[in-house]
Amino acid sequence: MTQGLKNQQRLSPFSCLGIGVLLLLACLFASLAYGAKNIPLSNIFTAFTTFDDSYDHLIILTMRLPRSLIAIMVGASLAVAGGLMQGLTRNPLASPGILGINAGAALAVVIVVFGLNSSSLPLHALVAFVGAAIAAATVYLLGSRSAGGPTPLNLTIAGAAVSAMLASLTTGTMIVSQRTLEEVRFWLAGSLAGRDINLFLTVLPFMVVGLVSAFALGQQINTLSLGEDVAVGLGQKTGFVKIATALTVVILAGSSVALAGPIGFIGLMIPHVTRFIVGLDYRWVLPISAVLGATLLLLADLASRWILRPQELPVGIMTALLGGPFFLYLIRWRIKR
Amino acid sequence: MKSWQYLQFWQLPLSWRKPHGRLSQVMLFLTLLTLVVTIAALTYGDYPVSWLDVVKSLLMLPTVDPESPWVVHTLRLPRVLLGWLVGIALGVSGTILQGLTRNSLADPGIVGVNAGAGLAAVSLIILFPNAQLALPLAAFGGGLGVAVLLYLLAGTQGNSPLRLILTGVALSAITSAFTTLLLTFGRINQVTQALVWLVGSVSGKSWEHVWPLLPWIVVLIPLAMLRSRSLNALQLGSDVARGLGSRVERERSGLLLMSVALASAAVATAGTIGFVGLISPHVGRRLVSSDHESLIPVAALIGGLLVICSDLIGRSVFSPTEIPCGIMTAVLGAPYFLFLLHWSQKK
Repeated sequence: MTQGLKNQQRLSPFSCLGIGVLLLLACLFASLAYGAKNIPLSNIFTAFTTFDDSYDHLIILTMRLPRSLIAIMVGASLAVAGGLMQGLTRNPLASPGILGINAGAALAVVIVVFGLNSSSLPLHALVAFVGAAIAAATVYLLGSRSAGGPTPLNLTIAGAAVSAMLASLTTGTMIVSQRTLEEVRFWLAGSLAGRDINLFLTVLPFMVVGLVSAFALGQQINTLSLGEDVAVGLGQKTGFVKIATALTVVILAGSSVALAGPIGFIGLMIPHVTRFIVGLDYRWVLPISAVLGATLLLLADLASRWILRPQELPVGIMTALLGGPFFLYLIRWRIKR
Repeated sequence: MKSWQYLQFWQLPLSWRKPHGRLSQVMLFLTLLTLVVTIAALTYGDYPVSWLDVVKSLLMLPTVDPESPWVVHTLRLPRVLLGWLVGIALGVSGTILQGLTRNSLADPGIVGVNAGAGLAAVSLIILFPNAQLALPLAAFGGGLGVAVLLYLLAGTQGNSPLRLILTGVALSAITSAFTTLLLTFGRINQVTQALVWLVGSVSGKSWEHVWPLLPWIVVLIPLAMLRSRSLNALQLGSDVARGLGSRVERERSGLLLMSVALASAAVATAGTIGFVGLISPHVGRRLVSSDHESLIPVAALIGGLLVICSDLIGRSVFSPTEIPCGIMTAVLGAPYFLFLLHWSQKK
């Protein structure tokens, strides 16, 4: 994967992290200030220091701040989960979706809407998480039961097969029942609109645990990405590392999909972008991915609120539209002919 | 004289010159299975036709029921044939792409064909509901357009297929974002129609849909088989391939073009049927070997078989409601493939 990357243009990882955090803060301010109603920067500061019950302050503290925090956590979780998957499977096409997480969550939500005729966001969240976990467990079991155990190849193709099957069932249900389609299609595109702060606070501990354990796994992923045999030779308990990684991915991506619906592109793109910038050391790739993922989702969410205001676009669309061209540019610049 | 203008015996693919061994057993078995499923598909339907009549009308013999030949030839045969050809095209396209990128997750979607065709078709269905006739052409154009854009952006030079893969993923993501936008805000009836197109279906196809697809298959599949050796070489990495005397850049562009053309033709006729291109090469590799000389024909037969099986089952389980065969390909194919994945260790 390193072929053709230019070494001399890399910044030191620490300064990358610093720049990333500054960028994230700037985007956070923008996200608080702009939207259906634009709020001057001075009012943002006073909302935190001297809160009066003015309309602007209420908007910031009850609507925009929670939403921005959700965007930050979801973006970070997705990017880190994607980085872990790419490290685990050593496949540049891997993303959290490869474990069947998005497909499982989508199918679970579609089934519940189709069968129970009810749709509320907290219910969607719970169901999505359960569906994601079941799908991922199935993929892992199937992958590890095949010839050679849980090798990267077995996991990826078992995951691709299971995901395709679940996605087909989802589409099938939506074709049969137009009511389900009508209710689920906005959720399926991925959105942060109207997420409840209490729901976020319930999911938050999971995400924090997931992020911490991911950062702790960085060194192990470095070893594992040298190849299974080398890792075993270096004394790594590869089975344990793989299961821990898979569990972390499920926690991170599962809670993301529960909060925001299936958002696809971040988990695939951000780890690549990070590797373009800082190289292959996962101890740095994972934290910087987290910061960059958070920044991208925050920006995408801002754009999705801002472009057609007061209408909203699904944020899943904006991540691809904002991130895609940037990614294309980076690929041209970083992967030399 | 250029090298492609004459052929030596040893240049022919293994599957053409070696009529024994495991490969021919597998090929024979797959062909027989395809024939059985075809006859079953021609027999089953609203109008009852006995299987004997089906065989007779295929052989142009007089049948017991005088209506049978018409039902078989006009209503059912084109649909089965079309499904088979689409499956072949997707299977071979996927095999080439997986060999070319050396990535087991590659499929026709990776070169942006599906996303481009999807966007073109969905825009047409949702924004111009009255222009359905232009659907195949629009889909073909959309698929080819994104693939050409990919080629311009990524090129085929260099040592690493990574650039091609990642550019394809980014382009597909951008294109599908627009599709999702249309699906999220379009009118619900048209969205359902668009979804049916997106999963892919061979329902209601007649001879006029088969003829435009046929030349692509007839020309490109043998061509792909003739290039299977250079695919084998490319699989060892560009440096080794170059060392073995392969003109890497040209071979890569040629193979990429073939797979894009096959996938676009298939997608334009039947919509973006997924999973066939991904899974046929994997199944083929487990049945024969990863040698592309034998893998390409086997993957082609598997792709064709998967699509006609899916279509047959899709229209029979919940009849009279038809499940689009693009849904059944994954629902049927995935368990079978997972079973194969599990079983191959027991050997």
